[in-house]
Amino acid sequence: MAEGRLGVRKTYKLYIGGAFPRSESGRSYEVKGAGGEFLANVALGSRKDLRDAVVAARKAQPAWAKATAYLRGQVLYRAAEMMEGRRGQLALAVAAAEGVGSGDAASGVDTAVDRMVWYAGWSDKLAQVAGGTNPVAGPYFNFSIPEPTGVVGILAPESSSLVGLVSVLAPVIVSGNAAVVVASEARPTPAVELAEVLATSDLPGGVVNILTGRTAELAPVLAAHRDVEALDLAGAPEALEVDLEVAAAGNVKRVLRRRKPEPDWAAQPGPERMLHFLETKTVWHPMGL
Amino acid sequence: MAFSRFAYAPAPESRSAVNIRPSYGLFIAGEWASPLDGGHFKTESPSSQEVLAEVSSAGPEDVDRAVRAARRAYEETWAPMPGKERAKYIFRVARLIQERSRELAVLESLDNGKPIKESRDVDVPLAAAHFFYHAGWADKLAYAGLGPDPRPIGVVGQVIPWNFPLLMAAWKLAPALATGNTCVLKPAETTPLSALVLAEIFEQADLPPGVVNIVTGDGGTGATLVAHPGIDKVAFTGSTEVGKHILGALAGTGKRITLELGGKAANIVFDDAPLSQAVEGIVNGIFFNQGHVCCAGSRLLVQEPVAEGVVEALKRRLATLRLGDPLDKNTDIGAINSPQQLEKIRELAAAGEAEGAERWSPACQIPERGYWFPPTVFTGVAPGQRIAREEIFGPVLSVLTFRTPEEAIEKANNTTYGLSAGVWTDKGSRALQVASRLKAGVVWANTFNRFDPASPFGGYRESGFGREGGRQGLSQYLKGALDG
Repeated sequence: MAEGRLGVRKTYKLYIGGAFPRSESGRSYEVKGAGGEFLANVALGSRKDLRDAVVAARKAQPAWAKATAYLRGQVLYRAAEMMEGRRGQLALAVAAAEGVGSGDAASGVDTAVDRMVWYAGWSDKLAQVAGGTNPVAGPYFNFSIPEPTGVVGILAPESSSLVGLVSVLAPVIVSGNAAVVVASEARPTPAVELAEVLATSDLPGGVVNILTGRTAELAPVLAAHRDVEALDLAGAPEALEVDLEVAAAGNVKRVLRRRKPEPDWAAQPGPERMLHFLETKTVWHPMGL
Repeated sequence: MAFSRFAYAPAPESRSAVNIRPSYGLFIAGEWASPLDGGHFKTESPSSQEVLAEVSSAGPEDVDRAVRAARRAYEETWAPMPGKERAKYIFRVARLIQERSRELAVLESLDNGKPIKESRDVDVPLAAAHFFYHAGWADKLAYAGLGPDPRPIGVVGQVIPWNFPLLMAAWKLAPALATGNTCVLKPAETTPLSALVLAEIFEQADLPPGVVNIVTGDGGTGATLVAHPGIDKVAFTGSTEVGKHILGALAGTGKRITLELGGKAANIVFDDAPLSQAVEGIVNGIFFNQGHVCCAGSRLLVQEPVAEGVVEALKRRLATLRLGDPLDKNTDIGAINSPQQLEKIRELAAAGEAEGAERWSPACQIPERGYWFPPTVFTGVAPGQRIAREEIFGPVLSVLTFRTPEEAIEKANNTTYGLSAGVWTDKGSRALQVASRLKAGVVWANTFNRFDPASPFGGYRESGFGREGGRQGLSQYLKGALDG
C-alpha cells in the first residue's frame, strides 16, 4: 500500500438470492483475526435473513435442477475459474482468518479451486454412477435416476474457512440442489469472499446463499424449516447436534451428521457427500408394440 | 342385469395346508423362547374374528437377548463367513419359501385378511424373489459399484408393517443378510404368523443361530428395539408419524436409518390414455390389498375431457368387484386388517362427506363377522380436503380433475408425501416428461403397484429415505464409499 494512502475497506454482507444485503436486523459482529486483531465487522444474520435465504433458494432450485448436467458442470467450472483469478485475495482472507502463513493459505486456496473443478466434472457422471436400468421380471423398461433433494441447509465447517466450505458446498449444488449456508462463525470472511466470486460466475442467484452470524441462533431455524429438505451438520456445534437432529425430524430431513473426528478437508473426498443429497427415482415404462 | 344369473359359486382355498401352532414363542438365537419379561397376545383373523394363535410379546429383556444373539452371530459367524457361503443359505431360504408357498399364502390371507389371489400371486412369489435376487449379491458386493471395500454395518433392527407381512420381512431381511449383517425383526402386532413360519424356514435352512431373530410384540417392542444401544442400523416401514418419532428418538445416536413411510400417490390419467387399461390400473392402484398400501394410488387425477367417462367406467368396474372371504379364490376385496384401521377409514370417509365431496360405493354385501369396508369413490374432491391430503390406507379413492399437464403436475406434487405416482398416456414422451417432474420415488407409466427385487423402492420428502431393492437398496446395508 502506498504510503500516505488510506486503504479502502470492504463491507462484509450476506449473500441472498444473488444480492448482497446487510442483515435486515441491522446487526453486525466483530470478527478478530487469529492474532486477536480486529478484522472486520460482519453482518450478524437474523432468523428473518435465514428465512429469506430459504425463499430465495426454493425459488432458484427448480430451474437449476432442470438445467442440463453439462451446463451445471460448466457453471461450477466457471466458478473455479473465477476463484483462480482471485487466488491472491482469497489467500489473504484465509491467512487473516485462520492465522496460517501465506504459503499455507495459498496452497489451501489451490486445494479449494481444485476441489471445485473436481466436483464440476461430476455433474454429468452422477446419474451413471448412482442410477441405471433394472432388469425387472416383466415387459417394462425400468430405470433409476438420481435427482436433487431440493433445498439443503449447510452448517459450514468452523475451522476450515475456505477448503471446508467449498468441500461441503460444491457436492450439494453440483447435482441441482440449492444451498443455504451458515458460514463459520469465527472465520466468516473467506465465505464472504467466496460469495463475491460466485456472484461474478454464472451461478444463478439463489442457488447458493451464504449467511454470516451466530450458528447457535441460525442453525435451529434452519433445522426446523419446513421448506428445507436436507441438512448438512458438518460445522454443527457439538452441544446443538441432538437438538438439530430432533428439529430436522419434523419434515423427515435427510441429515448428514458431523463426522467424528472432523475430516481433513484438504484430503481428496469420495462421492458420498453428493450421494447423500440425492433421491432415487425409479420409473416403470411400458414396452410393447 | 343378465349377468346376475351367473353368480359365482364359493371357491375357497383349503386351510389344510396350514398347521398353525396354538402358541408361538420368540425366535432368539435359533431357539423358540418364552418371553422373560414380556407376555402373550392373541392374533385373530380379521375376516372371521377367529383367534388363530397365541403369540409372545417381547419385553425389554427379550429384545436385549435377541440383540445380543444377533451381535454374537454377527461377530462369530455371519460377517466372517465367505460371501459365497452366505449366498447359499439365502438361496435355500428362497427355495423353502417356494416349497411352502401354498401354506404361506393361506396363512397370510388368514392373518392379514387379504385375498388369497394376492397373497398367492404377489406376496409370496415376490418374497421368494427377494431372497433369490439378494442371495446372488452376497459374493459379488465388490462389483456392486458401492465402493472398493463394502462392509456390513452390524446388527440391524427392523420393524415392519401389517399390510404385506411376509413380503416386508423379505424386503428387510434379504438385503441385510446378503451384505453380512445380522437381524432382529419385529413383525406387526396384528400379523405375526407368516414371519414365525419364516423362522421355521430359517430352521429348515440351518441358518446359523442368531443370524435372524424374530421378536413379536406391539409398538412398545418396536420402540425398545430401535432404541437398543446394540443396534447399529434401524430399518422401519410404517407411518410417517412413527417414522418421525423414530428419527427424534435416534437423534445423536449415530445409528444408520432407512425409513419407508406413508404416501398419498397421484394417479394421473391423460385424455389420450388407453382408458379401459387405465380403469383397470386405477382399480389395482387403490383397491389392491384393500388400499392398505403405502404407495396406493389414492388420488386419481383425470383430465377433464375424459373425467366423466372414466368415473362411469370405474363405477361399472367396481360394481363387479367381489368383497368377502379372503380365502375364496374369486375374492377381489378382502377384510380390513384391524378394528382400529377400520375406524380410521370410517372417520376419514365421514370427513370426506362432511367436507362436501360426493361419496359412492357399489351395492355390496358386507359379511356379518369381521372388519370390512366397501370400495369407495369420492368425486368432486378439492385439494384442501382431508381425503385429498391424508393417507387413508383403505379402499377409498379421491377423484380430482385437471385441464393441463402443468396443473396435473402441480396437483400431484401438492402433498408432503412423495412415495409413488402413476401416469396414464399413450405418448411415451409425455409419460417420461411428467415422470421427471413428479416428486415421487417410484413412477409407474400405464401400470401401477408393480414391484420387483431389482427395482429400488422408496420415497421423496416425508415418505422417508433410503431405498429397498436393487443396487440402491443394497447400499443401505453397507459401509462404503457410496453409502450416502
